[in-house]
This record gives sequence, C-alpha cells and structure tokens, in this order.
Amino acid sequence: MATTTATTEHPAGQKPPFPPFNAETYASQLFWLAICFTFLLVMMWKVALPRIGGIIDTRLKRVSDDLADAGKLKAQSDAAIADYEKALADARAGAQAIANQTRDTQAAATETRRKALEAELNVKLAEAEKTIAASKTAAMLNVRGIAADTTKAIVERLIGKVPADAAVDAAVSEALKG
Amino acid sequence: MQMAADPIHQFQIVNLFPVVKIGNSEIAFTNSAAFMLIAVGGIVAFLLAATSRRAVVPGRMQSVAELSYEFVANTINSTAGKEGMKFFPFVFSLFMFILVANLVGLIPYTFTVTSHIIVTAALALSVFLTVLVYGFWKNGLHFFNLFVPKGIPIYILPLIVFIEVLSFLSRPISHSVRLFANMLAGHITLKVFASFITLLGGLGIAGMAGAVLPLALVVALTALELLVAFLQAYVFAILTCIYLNDAIHPGH
Repeated sequence: MATTTATTEHPAGQKPPFPPFNAETYASQLFWLAICFTFLLVMMWKVALPRIGGIIDTRLKRVSDDLADAGKLKAQSDAAIADYEKALADARAGAQAIANQTRDTQAAATETRRKALEAELNVKLAEAEKTIAASKTAAMLNVRGIAADTTKAIVERLIGKVPADAAVDAAVSEALKG
Repeated sequence: MQMAADPIHQFQIVNLFPVVKIGNSEIAFTNSAAFMLIAVGGIVAFLLAATSRRAVVPGRMQSVAELSYEFVANTINSTAGKEGMKFFPFVFSLFMFILVANLVGLIPYTFTVTSHIIVTAALALSVFLTVLVYGFWKNGLHFFNLFVPKGIPIYILPLIVFIEVLSFLSRPISHSVRLFANMLAGHITLKVFASFITLLGGLGIAGMAGAVLPLALVVALTALELLVAFLQAYVFAILTCIYLNDAIHPGH
C-alpha cells in the first residue's frame, strides 16, 4: 500500500511526507469535514438536542407536578387528622361536662333529701321529747298526790288525827325538795 | 510485514475515488471522509434511535443520550454561564464528533480522523472565528477589553496587552495541536508496541515468552487511549466553552 501511494503521488526514490503534514490531502479533508460537521451541527441543533431537552423538561415537569400533587394530598390528610383530633377533643370535653353535671345534680339531690329527712327527724324528736316531758310532769304530779295521800294516812295512823292538807302539802314539798 | 510494522502508515490518506476538481486541488472521497461519515452518521443515528421512544423512564440507550446532553450542558453552564447555552449545539457537536472520531479510531484497522492537524485546526479555527465574530457582534469595541485586564499599573500595561493578544492569537494553535498530538502520539505508541509483539513472536519460543510484556503494555495503553479519547474530547469542549465565555463576557 505504501508503494501505491508512493508511486501515485510521489516520484520514485522520494520519501513520502508525513501524512498529517501532506498538504495535498488538506483540500479533501476540509471539504468532507465541512460537509460532515455542518450536517452534524444542523442535526443536533434542529432535531436531536431539542428532542432530548424536551424529554428532560417533560420529566422534570412531571416530577414537579407529582410532588405538588403529593404535597396537596398530604395537606388534605393533615387537615383531616386535625379535624379528627379536634372532634375527639370536643367529644372528650363534652363527656367530661356531662359527667360533672350529672354528679353535681345527684349530689344536690342527695343533699336535699338528706336535709328533708333530717328536718323530719328533728320534728319527730321534738314531739317525742315534748311527750316525754308531758308524761314526766304528769308522773311527777301523780307522785306528789300519792305522797300527800300516803303522808296523810301515815300521820293519821300515828297520831289518830287527820292532818291539815296545807301542812301535808308543805311537808311533801319540803321532802321532795330535799 | 514491513507495512504492518510502519507506525506511520495508519495515518495515510487514501483516495478512494475522486469527486470534483476545484482549481489545482483535487477533492477526493478518502478513507478520512469515510470515517467522518461513519462518526457523524453514528452519532445522529444513535441519538435519534435512542430518543425515539421519548420515554419518561429512560432505557439504557436513552440514558446515554441524556447523559451526554446533560454532561455538555453542565460543562457550558459551569464555564460560560446561562448565555453560553446559545452555543450548546455547536459545543455538543464538537464534543460528540471528536469523542466518536477518537473512539472509532481506536478500533483496529480504522482511521483516526482527529489524528490529522488539518481537521483539528479547522475545528479550532471554527471556534476561534466564532469567538471573534460573536465577540465583536455582541460587545463591539468593548471586546478589546479582553486584552486589557483591570487594576494593572499603566507602565506595564503595554507589555500585558501584548502578552494577552499573543496568547489570544495562539489559542487556535494550542487548541488544535493538543488534540492532534495526543491522538497521533497515542496511536504511534500503540502501533510500536504492537509491532514488538509480532517481531518477538517471530523469534520462536523465547521470543513468544518475551512478547508477553509488550502485549501487556498494549492492553494497558489501549485502556489509557480510551481515557485519552474521552479526555481530549472533553478538554476540547471545555476550552471551547472558556473561549466562548470571553466572547460573552470580555471584561476580566
């Protein structure tokens, strides 16, 4: 092959130049480089790069949209949780209030009944005491009568004379006092 | 045999058939042109096929396409900012063309388009001209601020401006020679070590045992060249971004 290039391009005996510095090939190389590189540039500029850029942009948009959706859903679920917790707290507070109210009402009712009962008992007690006092007074009066009669009878037996009622009463009173 | 051992032969341009004759220079369809078409056709076909489904959840091929898109986009954004995205198709095309041309060239019996100085120089000059044209179009004469750093004492300013202009003008040279030299040197090294294997292998049993060393070296060098193929494409792209950044924001 070296012989072919040597014979076609260079007289025999002359060493062929170092290929990259062989100016005879420059025109062809520049011509094809211009065509190939221009074609590549146009294809990249008008077709390939817009397409790849479009794919990447679409993906970025899709990802950011999905993230936005996820954020929205998260906000909704957070709101739902907050509502639920608020409802729960309200219900707890309501139950507490009802329990307190019921307890207070019942305590008040019990108190009222207790007081009524006490008052009733007090009345009965007073009546009973009054009855006892009356019975005692009556009994004491009876005791006095009996003592006077007994005194009169004893004195009559001793001295054979019925004593005066006034004297007997005075004596009985004296004795009872003692 | 002598052919295979010549490490320069792989860079030979072979005219496959003539196309037109412009003036004195004949335009021919060459092996270089064939591999340019393969690289460009491969890039376009791959990117279009990989993204044809436009899947939200990408497959393997689509992931590679998106990865290359985002890699180049991030490179531009980090070096030239949002305004640099105007040049995204240009930088992306440069990166992919150089990357694929480098990688295809690593396959045995192929031709490496980027191992020719005229190709890398043309690419570097296209960047240089883009910077010049866009820089003057966008900034007018303020573009010259690029050569006048702020906060420099007036007495050394002429020297600084001279150095800045010189470094600006030498950019296309370093930009193109870096890629060209890397690819050229890498392929020559690979070829030299590979020829040692056949050379030693022809010397019998002892030679075959000795050929293990260059074989191991070739394997390691191939891995290195894969890295270099990517790295040089990346370096070319990032330098393009840095130069374009000067055109967008000429103030230092």
